[in-house]
Amino acid sequence: MVSALTTSERTGALAILFALLGAGVVMAASTATRSDPMGFHGYLVMLYALGVMVALLRGYFDAEPPSSRLEHYYDDPTKAGIILAMGWAVVGMFVGDWVAWLLAYPDLTFNSAWASFGRLRPVHTTGVIFGFGGNALIATSFHVMQRTSRARLPDQLSPWFVLLGYNLFCLIAVSGYLLGITQSKEYAEPEWYADVWLVVVWVTYLVLYLRTLARRKEPHIYVANWYYLAFILVVAILHIVNNLAVPASFAGAKSYSLFSGVQDAMTQWWYGHNAVAFFLTAGFLGMLYYFLPKRAERPIYSYRMSIVGFWGITFFYMWAGSHHLHYTALPQWVQTLGMTFSLMLLIPSWIAAANALLTLNGAWDRVRSDATLRFMMMAAVFYGLSTFEGSFMAIRSVNSLSHYTDWTIGHVHAGALGWVALITFGSIYALVPWLWKRDAMHSPALVEWHFWLAMAGTLIYVFSMWNSGIIQGLMWRTYNDGGTLSYSFLDTVEAMHPYYIARAIGGLLFLIGAVIACWNIWKTIVTPSPGAVSVADGQPLPSLLPAE
Amino acid sequence: MGVSERDPHSGHQTTGHEWNGIKELNTPVPWPVWFFLIATGLFAVVYWVLMPAWPLGRTYTQGLLGTDQRAIVTRQVTRANEDRASGTSRIAALDVKQIRADPTLMKAVRDDGHRLFGDNCAACHGSDAGGNKGFPNLIDGDWLWGGSPNQIAETIAVGINSPAATNSRASQMLAFGRDGILDNDAVIAVTDYVRSLTDPGVARGAGAKSVAAGRAVFAANCVACHGPDARGNQSLGAPDLADRTWLYGGDAQSVYTSIHDGRRGEMPAWGERLSAVDRKLLLVWLLDKGSAP
Amino acid sequence: MFQTHYRLERKSLRLVLAIIVVASIGGLIEIAPLFTIDETVETDPQMRVYAPLELAGRNIYIREGCYACHSQMIRTLQDEVERYGPYSLAVESKYDHPMLWGSKRTGPDLARIGDKYSDQWHVMHLANPRGVVPQSIMPRYPWLTTTQLSVEHLGDDLRAMRTVGVPYTDAMIANASADAVAQASPDGDTAGLLKRYGEATQVRAFDGQQQTVTEMDALVAYLQILGKLSDAAKAPQNAKASGR
Ligand code: HEC
Ligand code: HEC
Ligand code: HEC
Ligand code: HEM
Ligand code: HEM
Ligand SMILES: [Ca+2]
Ligand SMILES: [Ca+2]
Ligand SMILES: [Cu+2]
Repeated sequence: MVSALTTSERTGALAILFALLGAGVVMAASTATRSDPMGFHGYLVMLYALGVMVALLRGYFDAEPPSSRLEHYYDDPTKAGIILAMGWAVVGMFVGDWVAWLLAYPDLTFNSAWASFGRLRPVHTTGVIFGFGGNALIATSFHVMQRTSRARLPDQLSPWFVLLGYNLFCLIAVSGYLLGITQSKEYAEPEWYADVWLVVVWVTYLVLYLRTLARRKEPHIYVANWYYLAFILVVAILHIVNNLAVPASFAGAKSYSLFSGVQDAMTQWWYGHNAVAFFLTAGFLGMLYYFLPKRAERPIYSYRMSIVGFWGITFFYMWAGSHHLHYTALPQWVQTLGMTFSLMLLIPSWIAAANALLTLNGAWDRVRSDATLRFMMMAAVFYGLSTFEGSFMAIRSVNSLSHYTDWTIGHVHAGALGWVALITFGSIYALVPWLWKRDAMHSPALVEWHFWLAMAGTLIYVFSMWNSGIIQGLMWRTYNDGGTLSYSFLDTVEAMHPYYIARAIGGLLFLIGAVIACWNIWKTIVTPSPGAVSVADGQPLPSLLPAE
Repeated sequence: MGVSERDPHSGHQTTGHEWNGIKELNTPVPWPVWFFLIATGLFAVVYWVLMPAWPLGRTYTQGLLGTDQRAIVTRQVTRANEDRASGTSRIAALDVKQIRADPTLMKAVRDDGHRLFGDNCAACHGSDAGGNKGFPNLIDGDWLWGGSPNQIAETIAVGINSPAATNSRASQMLAFGRDGILDNDAVIAVTDYVRSLTDPGVARGAGAKSVAAGRAVFAANCVACHGPDARGNQSLGAPDLADRTWLYGGDAQSVYTSIHDGRRGEMPAWGERLSAVDRKLLLVWLLDKGSAP
Repeated sequence: MFQTHYRLERKSLRLVLAIIVVASIGGLIEIAPLFTIDETVETDPQMRVYAPLELAGRNIYIREGCYACHSQMIRTLQDEVERYGPYSLAVESKYDHPMLWGSKRTGPDLARIGDKYSDQWHVMHLANPRGVVPQSIMPRYPWLTTTQLSVEHLGDDLRAMRTVGVPYTDAMIANASADAVAQASPDGDTAGLLKRYGEATQVRAFDGQQQTVTEMDALVAYLQILGKLSDAAKAPQNAKASGR
């Protein structure tokens, strides 16, 4: 892979790695006098830099890549991103299932600090959202922007910087939680130095995206790219604002967020909700808009619906964060805005889902026979379902019941498993044979197995959480004839037990599916297809005039 | 610039663009989209007019209904208290015996007591009020501070050794060993003596000498609180050591620790956190569970 | 409309700008006024700050991820008020950087847990929840009792908190480490601590051990202060009357 880098890019990479190594040394050294877990991250950064450096140096003196490379898309980072995404999927979901079992059997730990629920839970959320989801988004975005722009990535270094830098962020995040390093802001838990690093990586990502778009040979930017672009841009804004904080010391991990109390809560959920919107939704809609029509070989049902959906989502979502704070000390006027915009948000969301499903008109026979396409189809269905549920839960009176309960967890996983994970698996199953030039996945039967395991897992998960959430919410507010509360909190804890077991089993099925996918992908990669190369997606670039 | 064509399946025109094989139909936006966008938008507008909604620099629109979530819940709680008043006022007025004689009141006590106890007391005393090591059983009829309704009510209101209440009951078992009041042999001896009160086996055979020594230590150090016959003193919260109920356990180790390190159990005061009626209800609930007369 | 878009989607930078503008409106309108409308946060002149030991405990609460299971936000709903006490006011978390309102209640709300249970119970419960509450599904935290609290750099924490707006004085910052130790050492010299943080400051051997200052001391000190930084919630009418 190093051989694809030009000599100057190799030098650049080496310089970056030395800088990173230096940063690691500084982090480790500054905590030498005060024992602080940030020191561990110093060593982690050093190790990471050294590891990449070794890989780089092994190919450092290879010949310059031929200039004919410029006639082809640059897919190495995409390939690496897919493998990383699958790795994170298994790790993240394994930890998810572990914490699920912990809620049923709380002593399934090693009686050690790192394995307690409160530290493992963010490992799960970060592992799946940022590790699995993020890598899948980066990998597919590299693929999609090149194909729909008919332009090769502008260079070979920045995509690697983005991908590997991003994974360093994920590693720092996840290892930090195990050590107790966290800001406690949901989905933004990593501490200040990780946050700063992510800004660097993310800006590079944005610039890379824009540079590729600038080189495009299609006059129009395809809708998938609108979504990827919104994802990159808005996540940058969200990340920077929500993570504003003052470190207690530059020689330590701990920081104090700039905002406090009610303003902090609103900022956090403006972030948290839109992390859902632009990370877990917009980015994956980008994926959907490319891989579904491609796999179904059907035109997008309506360009106009794409437009209404895209701008509706981009505009309405940003208002909806306050639905996470209904009935709290947040002033009621903000709650009103959050609720009403969440309701309006349903329409563009359903436009996007409907546009995807209607695109399948004329290809339903394929949906039946092709599990990969079925993954994508069900993803769109679950997208519609979870957004409907979300808008419903955003209604104040409904939220009074659902908030704080497992109903939220059910909603999350209807979206996370049913939508995010399914569209990703579908896209990866489509992409792997294209990229590695295989006729098909190694075992279509295993894709089929994976599909049904994922469906069963999702349904068991979601139904058990709907049950437990609604039961718990109702128990909390049940009054007896005398007009006093009927159940103690402890009664509700006991009532959850069977559902927690069911959920953990559902999660296990889903996890098994993901493991099967890894194996299948691996076999596809290592087994060359007999005969000719499938060129469904790998044509060389037709040269056209730049568009802008 | 591509040329638009007609999709044979749907009959719609394409936009004429193509991205790596992907085309788009120029299908008009179906009317339900506009309809529902307008419908949800109208709903929002109406809702904004009625409810607090839009910020205006230093204030915000209050909404025609003048709704305020805080006022609403305050009103609800007040109204609920009024609705419950028929029951609660009678519980407040009647004495414990009268309440226990009234089946409808007792139903209310049982319904409510379970929840109140579960959310406030079960953490220490167990959800069946059966107690736990260091936390007394409340339904065995054995009371540290006296078992009359008034005494129990007082305990619940002011707590025991509660740092948050100035008028809390106070009690302490001194740390005879740790603080050097007694040497270790004496602690062991008095441990044996205390245990012999409920387990005569301890005094037999080899233990006899130690128990005898312990009896002397007890007489010199302990009777002030636990009484000459070790039957305890409810005005000090000093437990009866000659019954078989133990607060901290009756095995040799636990008794030794009680005497060596002392004990100072802490029961929070509930006078501020729970209303008088709630506390009375809990009292009756406890008596009912313990089936004490 | 579609024609406009047809042109917009041909220019990547215009698309970028359009996205930024369209996406920024909602956040601006919802967040900025929270700083300008005085009514948003009630005023309470009696509001006290976290003593250093309590702040250290709060950081342990964050570190262990207690917020993943416990909310600290009693909503304006009848059942919550009747179960947990007066609904939470914004002023109560005014010095919480960041807030710990929580989003999931696997365990009960803790906004008013202060003084509800004894120190000793908290110590036993945190070390082994099922030892006191057999039905509990809360993790054990036995190492808190054996881990010494690191207090050397608490001054840095107070200083950072002051930077973000919490009124810690120079004396508080200078004495942060000593004050943390003092609060867990009732037999020691606590005069300075009480002078700086008020007579009501709870000084106890929270973990039951006089000699040492452990992480358990800090966490329990924090739990015992929850709901007690401000009394405003007990008299909501005062809270409402505040502001302009
Ligand atoms: C933090 C733990 C804790 C909680 C919560 C608690 N208690 Fe107690 N309670 C104790 C302890 C410890 C004692 C014994 C004190 C002693 O050792 O002298 C006690 C003693 C009592 C006694 C006196 C028993 C006797 O023998 O005289 C009563 C009555 C009582 N509790 C009732 C309640 C009620 C009712 C509630 C709930 C509203 C409650 N307790 C909540 C810890 C607790
Ligand atoms: C100052 C009064 C006082 C004196 C003197 C005293 N005790 Fe106690 N003792 C108490 C109190 C009060 C308790 C209950 C502590 C609690 O509730 O936490 C107690 C508890 C005990 C217990 C634990 C009982 C159980 O149920 O687990 C034992 C054993 C005991 N004392 C033995 C002794 C012996 C032996 C001596 C003398 C060497 C002694 N006490 C002297 C007040 C006293
Ligand atoms: C897996 C979820 C979970 C985590 C993580 C957790 N708790 Fe709990 N907590 C519970 C449950 C369930 C209960 C109710 C049962 C009980 O009392 O143990 C509870 C009860 C409590 C209570 C008693 C509340 C009451 O009103 O009775 C306190 C205090 C508490 N937890 C503090 C903490 C602290 C501090 C941490 C972190 C160090 C923590 N918890 C972490 C689940 C959790
Ligand atoms: C094997 C499959 C999975 C299992 C067993 C699982 C299990 C869990 C569990 C037990 C929790 C904690 C719930 C609680 O605190 O009560 C959780 C939270 C969460 N999970 Fe998963 N999970 C799985 C997959 C995923 C995936 C694929 C995603 C995202 C792409 C995801 C996203 C989340 C999020 C965002 C939360 C936090 C929810 C909240 O705070 O409200 N999970 N998961
Ligand atoms: C129309 C679209 C949606 C709306 C209006 C919406 C609304 C909501 C609401 C009301 C909550 C509960 C907040 C609370 O009570 O705490 C919630 C939680 C959540 N939703 Fe959605 N939702 C939508 C779509 C989605 C999708 C597609 C996902 C994808 C995975 C998703 C992921 C989440 C997550 C992770 C949470 C938990 C946040 C937390 O508490 O940690 N949502 N959403
Ligand atoms: Ca962060
Ligand atoms: Ca959450
Ligand atoms: Cu949301």
